[in-house]
Amino acid sequence: MVENRPFLNFLAHLVLILGVTIVVFPVYVAFIASSHGPNDFLSGVVPLTPGSHIIENYSTMLSSGMTSSGAPPIGPMMINSLIMAVGVAVGKIAISILSAFAIVYFRFPFRTLAFWMIFITLMLPVEVRIVPTYKVVADLGMLNNYGGLIIPLIASATATFLFRQFFLTVPDELMEAARVDGAGPMKFFRDILLPLSITNIAALFIILFVLGWNQYLWPLIITTDQSFYTVVMGIQRMAAVADAEPRWNLVMAAVILAALPPVLVIVAMQRLFVKGLVETEK
Amino acid sequence: MQTKRTVFPNKLLPYLLIAPQIFVTVVFFLWPAATAFWQSFLRQDAFGFKTNFVWFENYRRLFADPIYINAFGHTLIFAILVTVLSTAIALLLAAAAMRVLRTSRIYSTLLIWPYAVAPAIAGILWWFMFNPSIGIVAYMLRAMGVSWNHLINPDDAMTLIVIAATWKQISYNFLFFLAALQSVPRSLQEAGAIDGAGPVKRFWTIVFPLISPTTFYLIVINIVYAMFDTFGIVHATTQGGPARATEILVYKVYFDGFIGLNLGSSAAQSVILMVIVVALTAVQFRFIERRVQY
Amino acid sequence: MNKIAFFLSAGLTSLFLSVPAMAATKIQWWHAMGGENGAKLEQIAKGFNASQSDYEIVPVYKGTYDETLTGAIAAFRANQQPAIVQVYEVGTGTMMAAQGAVYPVYQLMKDEGEAWDQSKFIAPVVGYYSDTSGNVLSLPFNSSTPIMYYNKDVFKKAGLDPETPPKTWAEVESFSRTIMKSGAAKCGFTSAWISWIQTENLNALHDKPYSTKANGFGGLDAEFTFNNDLTIRHWDNLKKWQDEGLFKFGGPVGGDNAPPMFYSQECAMYMNSSAGRAGVINNAKGFKVGFAPLPFYDDVIKQPLNSIIGGATLWTLKGRPEEEYKGVAKFFTYLQKPEVQADWHQFSGYLPITEAAYKLGQDQGYYEKNPGSDIGIKQLTRVTPTDNSKGIRFGNYVQVRGIIDDEFAALLGGKKTAKEAVDAVVSRGNEQLRDFESAN
Repeated sequence: MVENRPFLNFLAHLVLILGVTIVVFPVYVAFIASSHGPNDFLSGVVPLTPGSHIIENYSTMLSSGMTSSGAPPIGPMMINSLIMAVGVAVGKIAISILSAFAIVYFRFPFRTLAFWMIFITLMLPVEVRIVPTYKVVADLGMLNNYGGLIIPLIASATATFLFRQFFLTVPDELMEAARVDGAGPMKFFRDILLPLSITNIAALFIILFVLGWNQYLWPLIITTDQSFYTVVMGIQRMAAVADAEPRWNLVMAAVILAALPPVLVIVAMQRLFVKGLVETEK
Repeated sequence: MQTKRTVFPNKLLPYLLIAPQIFVTVVFFLWPAATAFWQSFLRQDAFGFKTNFVWFENYRRLFADPIYINAFGHTLIFAILVTVLSTAIALLLAAAAMRVLRTSRIYSTLLIWPYAVAPAIAGILWWFMFNPSIGIVAYMLRAMGVSWNHLINPDDAMTLIVIAATWKQISYNFLFFLAALQSVPRSLQEAGAIDGAGPVKRFWTIVFPLISPTTFYLIVINIVYAMFDTFGIVHATTQGGPARATEILVYKVYFDGFIGLNLGSSAAQSVILMVIVVALTAVQFRFIERRVQY
Repeated sequence: MNKIAFFLSAGLTSLFLSVPAMAATKIQWWHAMGGENGAKLEQIAKGFNASQSDYEIVPVYKGTYDETLTGAIAAFRANQQPAIVQVYEVGTGTMMAAQGAVYPVYQLMKDEGEAWDQSKFIAPVVGYYSDTSGNVLSLPFNSSTPIMYYNKDVFKKAGLDPETPPKTWAEVESFSRTIMKSGAAKCGFTSAWISWIQTENLNALHDKPYSTKANGFGGLDAEFTFNNDLTIRHWDNLKKWQDEGLFKFGGPVGGDNAPPMFYSQECAMYMNSSAGRAGVINNAKGFKVGFAPLPFYDDVIKQPLNSIIGGATLWTLKGRPEEEYKGVAKFFTYLQKPEVQADWHQFSGYLPITEAAYKLGQDQGYYEKNPGSDIGIKQLTRVTPTDNSKGIRFGNYVQVRGIIDDEFAALLGGKKTAKEAVDAVVSRGNEQLRDFESAN
């Protein structure tokens, strides 16, 4: 940090290692589960060391594993999840950043009402809305297509709220300087606000990508065409078996595989964090 | 509500900017929500053939049910614990990560990755780990002399769902705290150091106020998360048991509506839940936001 | 001349226009079978599709039983319903009350001219799903019944005969004590589904009525009556046995925590669905599994009646084009063929629904090669069902099962006596029934 305090550095590392151990532990358990044989899990205390079936399990999942439970192969499902993830992330960020810009930088009648209307979308659980929302989507003819899968999900407010918080911290001088230079609001938005927002956009992209990637219930309800299966639907199909025992080792292998693309996104987006605003003086 | 001192003068542009989100919100949220709200005044069979308008009967029955009243208490405890724990731990981890900036990428990737595990799957993992027979955590607890049985002991069950819910949110909060901490200008920290303030003092007097917009955001979002997005965790681990000890309000909404197909009561419960959270949020905006430094 | 040309072209056009009508009518079948059973189900559908070219059954996995039912209802409300939906037995009350949505199977088969002979079915399976006149409303597809699995190796180690499972609850108690004293296992027995096995089946086996109105078959105004001496005594026993360590609780609803206790050899005996057989054998590493019928109290009844079923059936929903129902009827006929039934039953562990399928399995020597695989069906068919063992039919029954789990957990936690707990189930349960009655 600013000065060199080795003890504090050591403490920081300790805290981080402890934190990582605790936070990553469940994922580690999943990984261990995916490396063992089919019946090692329910017959005794779960071992903490990897087993010998790693190659076998993962290659099964990458090829026919999913189809043995009736789902499509894992590749096409990952692509669907990707479409949903990118669609939801880009869609939400786009409409939210514009709305937040409008709410913070303009005054217009119904401004507060608009903010609360958007904000309230956080506060009704999806399970309650799902039956009426299904009807709306069905009436609009949007079942079994990507529009119906993605658009209803971008109605939420976390992004707008976050951008609002961020925009409120941007110094007024920047905006006044832009106006003095004769720049209109959109130019200000494009040239000044947007670059400043990169860190928040990167953080949101991670969160929203994961949200879209992990969609399960909504695609399950509105699609009847297997070509829209997402990867978490496939996993649930393997895991939620009535009266039978799931093959946990394969389920967990699928879970780990499904969690990898988001990790790549996290790693990629992190560059934008660290590079981000350390240089920008405000 | 906070606003900027100076604003752009355009009259039409803001409406255009806000239109897409309002449109999606109205069509895909407000309209279905209104339908659900309307349903709270009805008593219907599952398929919707027979509809009785029952005024506030659904609401009255909820408040006359001691189990529902208990759920309020459980939800309060749960929401407070999850919010406080996940925010505090995440802040600690983010501050530590800032300290070791060069290696922080590995730590932060590892800390954010658990967020990528689908909530439904995470529930299964927690079930595995705490299972009294084969769970590794249950095993470790027994080895330490703690008898663990969340199937019968209500406190164990509440502990389990608090841990599971907090776990997920730590990643989320960590991510945003890290982003916020990254954007605190070094110059301010250096100025503080020159003035003789140690790192801990600097953190509380300089850094913490500067990240207060993010902190405020996270507190609001965490409470909303604890109250709305956690039914999956309860469903996978305790199903609201034992004897409704971990039945939080949102779980009851899901159980009565989705599984029990009592759409009227479920809708009434959602309305009540929504009113509570709107009120909570309004209070936060009014009283806490004035301490946020923009 | 012109007229000829006109008719000629009209004829040719109609020839071309009629070609699309030759494509198979697609019929959606929404189901909740995940895992390998789901893949098998799709094979069955493919088999039907390959056997004729007019209709194509399209199976669609819609999640768990809850999710599938809710999805079907949402679809119905939006006019997007499938023709066939698989509904679990607890949803029977809801489906039966929805006369505007349901096309009863006996009616469907009659209307479409398909052969329909209810006597071909195994009585308890069909009894559960018929109305008071005895007409079957939904087609049984995957039915199961609870049985007892036990650990033969632990029995041997404890000095018990591994081929002699306990027949009565008194024997379960004494065998458990013997096992625990010898140290062969840490607990005597556990059970899944406290509601289905230790309450519903308990009363059925002992010929005790679960409620008035023929266990709910007779009307929505039924009232629970199972807070009788039998249930109270049994729950009290379970509590006593838990305190002594003979019994370990497997969790609410399906009791997911019970199987690991058996597989890890912590508990020597374990009660669960007969359909779990394949999973039990696969996960029972290093020990031999025995199969037995459920125990009973021999001072309450000399010979226990049949157990009752669980699982799911196929319901037909109204509102689809007429064409589809022809195909549905043909598909249902296909499903009843002994070869199809026997194959499905032997693969999945669910019960065969027709006598013919059971006989086919016997002829194939399947039950000899797989000892214990006919315990379930034998237990189901050992007597003619009485009104008390035909099964149960209640609306809002998912909630009632939740109440059973609640009160049982309160009992085990020492917060209530057995009498208080069972009485509470009945009074809270009756509220649910009255609720359902007024809404339907």
